[in-house]
Amino acid sequence: MTLKIYIWAGLFGLALLSFLSLFIGVIELSLADLWHDPAAFELLVISRFPRTAAALICGSSLAIAGAIMQMLVRNRFVDPMTTGTGPGAGLGILIVTIFFPAAPLIVKMVLASLTALGASLGFLAIVQRLPPTQPLLVPLVGLVYGGIIGAGVTFVAYQADLIQYISVWMNGEFSGVIQGRYELLWIAAAVALVTYFAADQFAIVGLGRTASINLGLNYTQVMLIGLVAISIVAALTVTTVGMIPFVGLVVPNIVSRLVGDHLRNTLPLIALLGALLTLASDIVGRVLRHPFEIPVGTVFGVIGTLLFLWLLSQKPRHE
Amino acid sequence: MISIQGVSHAIGGKRILNDVTTQIAQGGITALIGPNGAGKSTLLSLIARLEPLQTGRILVDALEIGACSDQVLAQHLSILPQMADHTPRLTVKELVGFGRYPYNRGRPTAQDDAKVAQALDMFGLNLFAGRTLDTLSGGQKQRAHIAMIFAQDTDYVLLDEPLNNLDIAAGRSLMKTLQSMCADHRKTIVIVLHDINVASRYADHIIAMRDGSVIKQGRPAEIVDSSLLQDVFETDAPVVKVEGTNLVLM
Repeated sequence: MTLKIYIWAGLFGLALLSFLSLFIGVIELSLADLWHDPAAFELLVISRFPRTAAALICGSSLAIAGAIMQMLVRNRFVDPMTTGTGPGAGLGILIVTIFFPAAPLIVKMVLASLTALGASLGFLAIVQRLPPTQPLLVPLVGLVYGGIIGAGVTFVAYQADLIQYISVWMNGEFSGVIQGRYELLWIAAAVALVTYFAADQFAIVGLGRTASINLGLNYTQVMLIGLVAISIVAALTVTTVGMIPFVGLVVPNIVSRLVGDHLRNTLPLIALLGALLTLASDIVGRVLRHPFEIPVGTVFGVIGTLLFLWLLSQKPRHE
Repeated sequence: MISIQGVSHAIGGKRILNDVTTQIAQGGITALIGPNGAGKSTLLSLIARLEPLQTGRILVDALEIGACSDQVLAQHLSILPQMADHTPRLTVKELVGFGRYPYNRGRPTAQDDAKVAQALDMFGLNLFAGRTLDTLSGGQKQRAHIAMIFAQDTDYVLLDEPLNNLDIAAGRSLMKTLQSMCADHRKTIVIVLHDINVASRYADHIIAMRDGSVIKQGRPAEIVDSSLLQDVFETDAPVVKVEGTNLVLM
């Protein structure tokens, strides 16, 4: 019941923000202009709609990727963007840029997905050796692990004189999104959507290996499917708009505290809240220093952290 | 019947099980006992396919472990997961509902709902049905997990030291529940127990292991005596009979 209320409220908020997002920017644009001004319509199609869509897709798919990773690793404090997967995708892009600069975008994408997957597998291998009694070790090790990969990427980029180039996808923001340069994100949206069909499997894996095998699940296969989905989402986001940290960490935690962890019920809300908060952060970033912009990741860090702290201070729910 | 034929197992070059051949009869509680490192838990996890078989065969009725599909096995054999530190925020009802997963793959039917309701009822969890696992005590959480196994409705139920972390009331209530699962629902329960007295009081059959081999097996009234303690645990505690149960005095 509460879940339905949240979802309707989320949909309403999303509609409102999407409308706002279409009409906020450096160039003035109003609903009335669209009827008589072809340039206004062009602006909408080339810039405002792609930007809004990109924010919605990134927000929702990153939130879903975070929720899945937290189930696979059985730890609430991991975020694919910071624990290896994101920097891993960056590594792939760097490799393509240095060795195959003329390769088409799709090649870049595939290689970034593969390196992201490799980095995620590495993280998983480390996590399984950590003592289960120390849950905070997992995110800490994840941060260090992601930091090492990130530092490697930065070093190589520095040597190859590509620092400016990589800073574009190290700090995610949507100002560069225009028609023709974001469409691959729809693949991320599709991948996130498909994971919904494995929602029960991910929720069961969250109960642990024994519980999964007991219920007849192919544990390794579900883990692998989950990691592949996370890696594709991370790679596509990083290549098109850059890294956006915290979405995958904060959003699943907020939803978990509100309505629990039964993913089949909660994934839609996770997607919705991820889209909502990301788009809101982007709009705030556009408005605060108008006509300049603040990157979405920075704004999200502030908004998300405040929300998260407020939720942590609430009493756990009892029914 | 669970038939174990010539099962040996080594972990990291160390022999854990040594050509074990034995049978676990249908019905009742069979307790695996023995000192630490005897191979009880390894044997249980091999039956539950948590570890791949290295040598030998294990058959659960006609189903061969390693050859039979996971989904089919999950309808015949269940294992109680050990309580972990990390608990997802699932409600008790959602957790018990997962017990039906091997049958419905996530699309519960009216029959599944009935089984879940029956399990909640049987384990006295109706009051907790809407509570999330992270708000429950250790004993309540374990009861919820056993209710899930019960909803899974398998002929065979395996448990690995389920009494750890339970106080005496919760431990007794668990053992009595297991007894009634055997008596009223014709389950076969295989349980690894640390405490030989619990095995002596509640089990119908005991398999005593040491150094990866089965040393003795039989009914507790017949085999729990000072020679068993000497042969299996290498200690000479006295054994007394109280109300028909052989008890070891620590």
